[in-house]
Amino acid sequence: MTHAAAPLDIRTADPKKLIAGATGDWEIICGLEVHAQVTSQSKLFSGASTGFGAEANSHVSLVDAAMPGMLPVLNEECVRQAVRTGLGLKAEINKRSTFDRKNYFYPDLPQGYQISQFKSPIVGEGEVVVDVTPSEQIKVRIERLHLEQDAGKSLHDQSPTLSFVDLNRSGVALMEIVSKPDIRSADEARAYVTKLRSIMRYLGTCDGNMEEGSLRADVNVSVRKPGGALGTRCEIKNVNSIRFIGQAIDAEARRQIAILEDGGAIVQETRLFDPARGETRAMRSKEEAHDYRYFPDPDLLPLEFDDAFIAALRDKLPELPDAKKARFMADYGLTSYDAGVLVAEREAADYFEAVARGRDGKLAANWVINELFGRLNKEGLDIVHAPVSAASLGAIIDLIGSGAISGKIAKDLFEIVWTEGGDPAKIVAERGLQQVTDTGAISAAVDAIIAANPDKVAQAQAKPTMLGWFVGQVMKQTGGKANPQSVNELLKQKLGI
Amino acid sequence: MAKLDLNNLTLAGARDSLRARDYSAQELTEAHLEAMEKARALNAFIVETPEQARAMAKAADARLAKGEAGPLEGIPLGIKDLYCTQGVATTAGSHILEGFVPQYESTVSSQLWRDGAVMLGKLNLDEFAMGSSNETSHFGAVTSPWRRQGSNVALVPGGSSGGSAAAVAARLCLGATATDTGGSIRQPAAFTGTVGIKPTYGRCSRWGIVAFASSLDQAGPIARNVRDTAILLRSMAGFDPKDSTSVDRPVPDYEAALGSSIKGKTIGIPKEYRVDGMSPDIEALWQQGIAWLRAAGANIVDITLPHTAHALPAYYIVAPAEASSNLARYDGVRYGLREQGRDIVDMYEKTRAAGFGKEVRRRIMIGTYVLSAGYYDAYYLRAQKIRTLIKRDFEQAFAAGVDAILTPATPSAAFGIGEKSDADPIEMYLNDVFTVTVNMAGLPGLVVPAGLSAEGLPLGLQLIGRPFEEETLFTLAQVIEEAAPKVGLPEAWWG
Repeated sequence: MTHAAAPLDIRTADPKKLIAGATGDWEIICGLEVHAQVTSQSKLFSGASTGFGAEANSHVSLVDAAMPGMLPVLNEECVRQAVRTGLGLKAEINKRSTFDRKNYFYPDLPQGYQISQFKSPIVGEGEVVVDVTPSEQIKVRIERLHLEQDAGKSLHDQSPTLSFVDLNRSGVALMEIVSKPDIRSADEARAYVTKLRSIMRYLGTCDGNMEEGSLRADVNVSVRKPGGALGTRCEIKNVNSIRFIGQAIDAEARRQIAILEDGGAIVQETRLFDPARGETRAMRSKEEAHDYRYFPDPDLLPLEFDDAFIAALRDKLPELPDAKKARFMADYGLTSYDAGVLVAEREAADYFEAVARGRDGKLAANWVINELFGRLNKEGLDIVHAPVSAASLGAIIDLIGSGAISGKIAKDLFEIVWTEGGDPAKIVAERGLQQVTDTGAISAAVDAIIAANPDKVAQAQAKPTMLGWFVGQVMKQTGGKANPQSVNELLKQKLGI
Repeated sequence: MAKLDLNNLTLAGARDSLRARDYSAQELTEAHLEAMEKARALNAFIVETPEQARAMAKAADARLAKGEAGPLEGIPLGIKDLYCTQGVATTAGSHILEGFVPQYESTVSSQLWRDGAVMLGKLNLDEFAMGSSNETSHFGAVTSPWRRQGSNVALVPGGSSGGSAAAVAARLCLGATATDTGGSIRQPAAFTGTVGIKPTYGRCSRWGIVAFASSLDQAGPIARNVRDTAILLRSMAGFDPKDSTSVDRPVPDYEAALGSSIKGKTIGIPKEYRVDGMSPDIEALWQQGIAWLRAAGANIVDITLPHTAHALPAYYIVAPAEASSNLARYDGVRYGLREQGRDIVDMYEKTRAAGFGKEVRRRIMIGTYVLSAGYYDAYYLRAQKIRTLIKRDFEQAFAAGVDAILTPATPSAAFGIGEKSDADPIEMYLNDVFTVTVNMAGLPGLVVPAGLSAEGLPLGLQLIGRPFEEETLFTLAQVIEEAAPKVGLPEAWWG
């Protein structure tokens, strides 16, 4: 809804992001309207629960079912959540906003109108810094954020002749976050939504759970010749995963380019993305031919609050991803990439900090990113369900630092703690995983191997890189517990190389 | 004690006698149930609830016996069928809500039950409160208990609270709830010689009352005299957290304010209310009202409310606009009428075509039109601007020291059933010309009977007050009530 009016060319796409067509390169212009479900106990205008997955129509108040004479009463927690989100987006908070009715008939819309904020939204312009790649950062401007009601859900698979309606979602609070058309590629769109989700999860204002429908987007796409006049846009409605958002943009851009290169014209319309076919298709004209007849909702007073209300929320905001990243780089000496990876999820950042506190930050980051994240990804696990606690991982790192175990043993130890649990130091002691630094014991092993392999000794003396074979043999014999440095030194000395 | 006596009481009198145990709440209720049965020709009730009434009266007697009487203990009342009543069918006078039984009680009616009142039944009204004659009800027109002198022509009781006004005037109940969006309390009160007050917007909760035009709707009582009306309003009014537009301020004891001197009160007489075609009876009545207030010590001043002429057209944009949206929920999906259709859109269309009457359909169409893209600015937005100007007119008058404004209530006395219903709808809308401004400005407005027309029909005067100064209106109205020749009640020709 924002393309036409907004000032556009704050940035031109990186030439690498242009799409090559038969007539030359094309640039994608994209803006998103993200619908984020507000994290709250009860709905925007009723006391019914917002819990997901309940039996159909079990979370429905008289207001949600639009019974005669029922009136909406604004849930103040939803207001606070919207303001927190606005602050997280570095946006202007409007101390006075109003609610409007958006009128249309649909069975899952009991009132016959959605209460939304059309004219005066609660949050105005803001900005999100997005890391598209470790080396590329863009700014996406926010046009507005407003509060509105979600609709219910039509169920078409319950009866052969009838459709059923589940009103559990009816009236749940959504924040619609409208970006300016500052996005220039599918990658940028994905990175933007990921960042938005990250900010809201840090704030606790939206759980960002796409499977449960907590985050959906309407995607506006147009194409143009780089630096040329703007094209006509199409809006792809209700795309419900970050992956599909990217696919929808690419598919739609290609469709538009093909039409334009054939000498055709783009018709401004509302489309749907079909993930199975990987293409967008026009919605039936009936589905979009709405005149919503917006007007101020006479059941609700204007929403007004003062600076103190905003300040109280601002004071309690958590550290957000950008600030945390900067701090991780400064305090722990992390690279921008590592810090970026660690702060994407608040839980991961907290985990890292618990590990890194009082230890080598870079070592902690390596362990968290490579070992822990790698293993979590392999198992499809979330960090909050990681079998190795931050305290345990810290203990493992401490065992490396003290020289008690080698890096290699540490990985085995990590595996043991992951699968069996237990205290790392205890496991090392009980299973005799300590590094052998006793030169006498290593020396005996070295002597035995040299004595048993005279041919290899000769080879090694001729070609010093053969030393590795001896190291391997010694490690094997000591069960990997020998201090590799001591083994190296002893071998060199005894082989005379 | 003869039963007739129990049907000729004032609410205040009944309240006091019940406490004195002169008769029981059950006897009083029984007398009214009997009167209702005899008066079915008036069609004032859509639903009678005798069993509930008897149970409530019994409980009231028990409380009276224990000396735990509430302010309305044992008082039989009628409830406009726009108020949702738990377990009792609520229709809003519409086919589309036929069969709908709410699981909840409106805030205002629940406050009446809290205070001990007894429910006799649900009162007829214009469909969704849209009308000025009670002829648009799906359940048939209400016949006024009043007739012109020497005539048997059936007259309208006014609307939309026609059932309420008729039932009160015919002594079927001691008082009734009503609602007023553009005059729906005051015009029927004027037509039936009863007292009705539309309180300040926000004074009574709208929760549980079927919405017509949310920014204008307000609940209020109709009763047979000023004191009874004041008693009822005290129970009906109050802040309700379930209605965001209700106002959190204490409810005064309106009855206690009665009788205070009006000496020195400034009464404004707006010249814009002298409209073309107004009956000479009405003009004479207005002058008489001025004289009575002056005689009681009030200062009379001429004032100007320059935007009055625009109020009616603006009202007929704002009210239908809100109604078109408020009535969207009656779609056949969840409750009330459903006409089967080929698909969902066909079901909507058939249900709404069959469920809504002509006047409601007309207003939905007008409302939809004025909110449409391309017309919003020209109609809805301009109407809202006019609304602001109307409000400002009143604010300026009050700022200049006016305590209340006296106007006629209606341009004429009651008309015959069918007389205007087939004419140009504008003709009917003109009935609201003196009352809509008050809704547009959110002010309190009270109508009190002040005399009879040449044909022997009641005529009323309207008092308009400052926001939340209902007490002033009651005080002034009682002065008129006392000074005016007794309008009385219609003879019970109906049986």
